[in-house]
Amino acid sequence: MLEGIMIGLGTAFSLTNILMVIGGCLIGTFIGMLPGLGPMSIIAIMIPVAISIGDPSAALILLAGVYYGAIFGGSTSSILINAPGVASTVATSFDGYPLARQGKAGKALTVAAISSFCGGTVGAILLMIFAPALASVALLFHSAEYFALMVVGLSAIAAFAGSGQVGKALLMTLLGLIMATVGEGALFNLPRFTMGIMDLQSGFGFITLAMAMFALPEAMYLVLDPGRSKTEGSGEIKDLRITRDEARAIAPVIGRQSVQGFLIGVLPGAGATIASFLGYAVERNIAPKEEQEQFGKGSVKGLAAPESANNAACTGSFVPLLTLGIPGSGTTAILLGALIALNVSPGPRLMLDQPEIFWAVIISMYVGNVILLILNLPLIPYIAKVLAVPRNYLIPFILFFTLMGAYIGQNNATELLILVGLGICATILRFADYPLAPLLIGFILGRMLEDNFARSMQLYDGVGFILERPMTMGLLGLAVILVALPSYRARRARLRAKGVADAD
Amino acid sequence: MALDRWIALVILMICLAYGYAAFFTMDAGLPPFMQRNPIWPSTFPKILSVMAALVALAVLLGLEKGAADPKPMDINYRRLTDYKIGQALALLGLMVAYALLLRPAGFLIATVGFLAIGAIILGERKLHILIPVALIAAGVVWHLVQQVLGIYLRPWPFFLGTGG
Repeated sequence: MLEGIMIGLGTAFSLTNILMVIGGCLIGTFIGMLPGLGPMSIIAIMIPVAISIGDPSAALILLAGVYYGAIFGGSTSSILINAPGVASTVATSFDGYPLARQGKAGKALTVAAISSFCGGTVGAILLMIFAPALASVALLFHSAEYFALMVVGLSAIAAFAGSGQVGKALLMTLLGLIMATVGEGALFNLPRFTMGIMDLQSGFGFITLAMAMFALPEAMYLVLDPGRSKTEGSGEIKDLRITRDEARAIAPVIGRQSVQGFLIGVLPGAGATIASFLGYAVERNIAPKEEQEQFGKGSVKGLAAPESANNAACTGSFVPLLTLGIPGSGTTAILLGALIALNVSPGPRLMLDQPEIFWAVIISMYVGNVILLILNLPLIPYIAKVLAVPRNYLIPFILFFTLMGAYIGQNNATELLILVGLGICATILRFADYPLAPLLIGFILGRMLEDNFARSMQLYDGVGFILERPMTMGLLGLAVILVALPSYRARRARLRAKGVADAD
Repeated sequence: MALDRWIALVILMICLAYGYAAFFTMDAGLPPFMQRNPIWPSTFPKILSVMAALVALAVLLGLEKGAADPKPMDINYRRLTDYKIGQALALLGLMVAYALLLRPAGFLIATVGFLAIGAIILGERKLHILIPVALIAAGVVWHLVQQVLGIYLRPWPFFLGTGG
C-alpha cells in the first residue's frame, strides 16, 4: 500500500496534474453554482475535454476535481439563494439558507467548506483502506460472479429508488440495458437493432446519452419554469470566521457523518442524496432537546451534518467504481464511461495493472479537498458573482455546450439530432417522475453484463453456471431479494395499517 | 390515465417490438457455425425483452402501490401551458436547426446565430451586448476546440473553403 501511495504521490504531484485538479475544482465550483446544473451535467459536458487530454490519470483527476468542485458549488447556491442544483445538497439548504437570511452567509459557507473538507478527507482515508481489500477479494471473481454482481448492483439501484418508484427505476434500468444492445457488439460482430440506420451501427454514443439524460432536461426545466433560476439574495458575503464554540459543536457531527456518509456512499444506488438526508435526520434526532428546535432555522450542526455526509458519500461511491468497475450512481456511471473511452477498464485489475491511475485518483482527492478549502473559500465572494449571469445568456450557452459535447465526441451532425430526440424523451420521462440515472447506469453496464454472461454461458455450455457456482447463485438470490423487499415491506405496512396482519 | 402509465404503455410497445425482433427475425441471418454456440446474439435481448415487458406491464397496471401522498413535483405536466412551453419548443427547434446548419453554414455563423437567436427567444433585447458576446464566445470556443484540442471544425460556410 505504501508503495502505491508513493506512486500516487509521484503522479498526482506532477505539474500538469496539479493544474488539472486546480482547474477542475475551479470549473466545477463555477458551473456547479449555477442553479439547475448538477455534477452529472457538468461532468458530462467536461468529458470531451477530458478525453482529448489523452492521459487517463490526468483526465480522471480533472473529472474528479470537477466533481468535488461541483458539489461544493452546489452547496454554495443552496446556501446563498436556496436553489440546490442537485438533490444531494437539498438538505444543505434546510439550515444553510436560514443562516444566509440572518446575514451569516459567510459563516454558513465556512461551516459548509470545513464540513465538506473533513467529509471528503475522511472518505478518502477510508477509501484507501477499503478499496485494496475489496479489490483483492474481487480478484477471485470469475465472469459468472461478475455477471451476478452487476445484476446485484443494478437491482440495488432500483431497490433504493424509494417508495412507489422501484418499478419505474427497474424499468429504466432495463431500458438502458436494451439501448446498450443496439449496434455492433465486440462479441458477435453482428449489427443488432440498428433498424438500418448507419449512425446506429456503433450504438448510441455514451456522451450523447449522458447529455440527453441530464444536461438537456435540466436546461429545459430552467426554460419552462423561470422561477428555478431566479437569483435574488443580498450578494454581500462577509465575515467568514466561525467561533470556537461552534467549532466544538460541529466537530463530533462531522466525525460521525463522515463515516456514516462514506458507508452509505459505498452501497450502489444509495449515494450522496440519501446520505445527506439520513445524516441530517440522525443528527437532529440525537441532538439535545433545545438544539433540536434550532434545526431548520439556521443550526450550524444541521448544516455540517449533510455537508460532511454528502462529501464522504461521494468519495465512498468511488469504492465500487474503482474496485469492481460497477458504478453506484449517475455520476460514477459517467466517470466509468469516460474511463472506458480512455481505454482503462476499472475493476480489481486496475490496482495491479495501472496502479498509477488508481493511486493518483486517491491522492488527488486529498489535493482537491485542500484546494477547495484554501483556494475556493477566499474566492467565494467573487465566484458568487456568477450567480448574476442573466438566464437569457445562461440557457443558450448551456444548450450550446451540450450540443458541442455531443458533436466533438462523434464529429457527426446526426448525433445532434439523436441528442435532441433523446433529450425530449428524457424531459417527458422526468415530467412523469421516472428516475433517469438508472437508465444511464444500465446503458453503461449493459455491454459488460452481456459479455460476462456470454463468457460464462460458453464456459459452462449453458445456464448451468448459475447452479454450479454457489457464489453466483447467492448473488443472484440477493438481487431478487433486493427487488422484492421494498414491495413486500410496503405490503406489510399497508396490511398492518388495516390491522389485519401481524400474526407472525 | 396518468402520464407515467402512458409512458409505461409506450415502453411496453417498444419492448414488444424489440422482443419480436429478438425472437423471430434476428436469428434468420445467423451463420451455421454460430448456431452451435450456447449463446446467440439474440439470447440476451430475449431475456431483456421478457423482463422489461413484465416490468412495464406492472407499472402500467399500477401493481406497485406508491407512498400514500404523492410528493410535490418539480413541474406539474398537467398544467404545462402555465409554463414557458413556447420558449422550450422554440429552443428545441433551434437546436435541430443548428444540427442541420452546422456543416453547411460553418461553425462560426451557426454558433453566433444559435446563441443570439436563443437569447432573443428567451426575451433578450439588448442586441448591442448580445451580438458581441456571441461573437467572442463562438471565436473562443472555436479556437479552443480547433487549436487546443485539435478537433477539426469547419469555421466558414462551405463555399469559402475549409479554413485553417
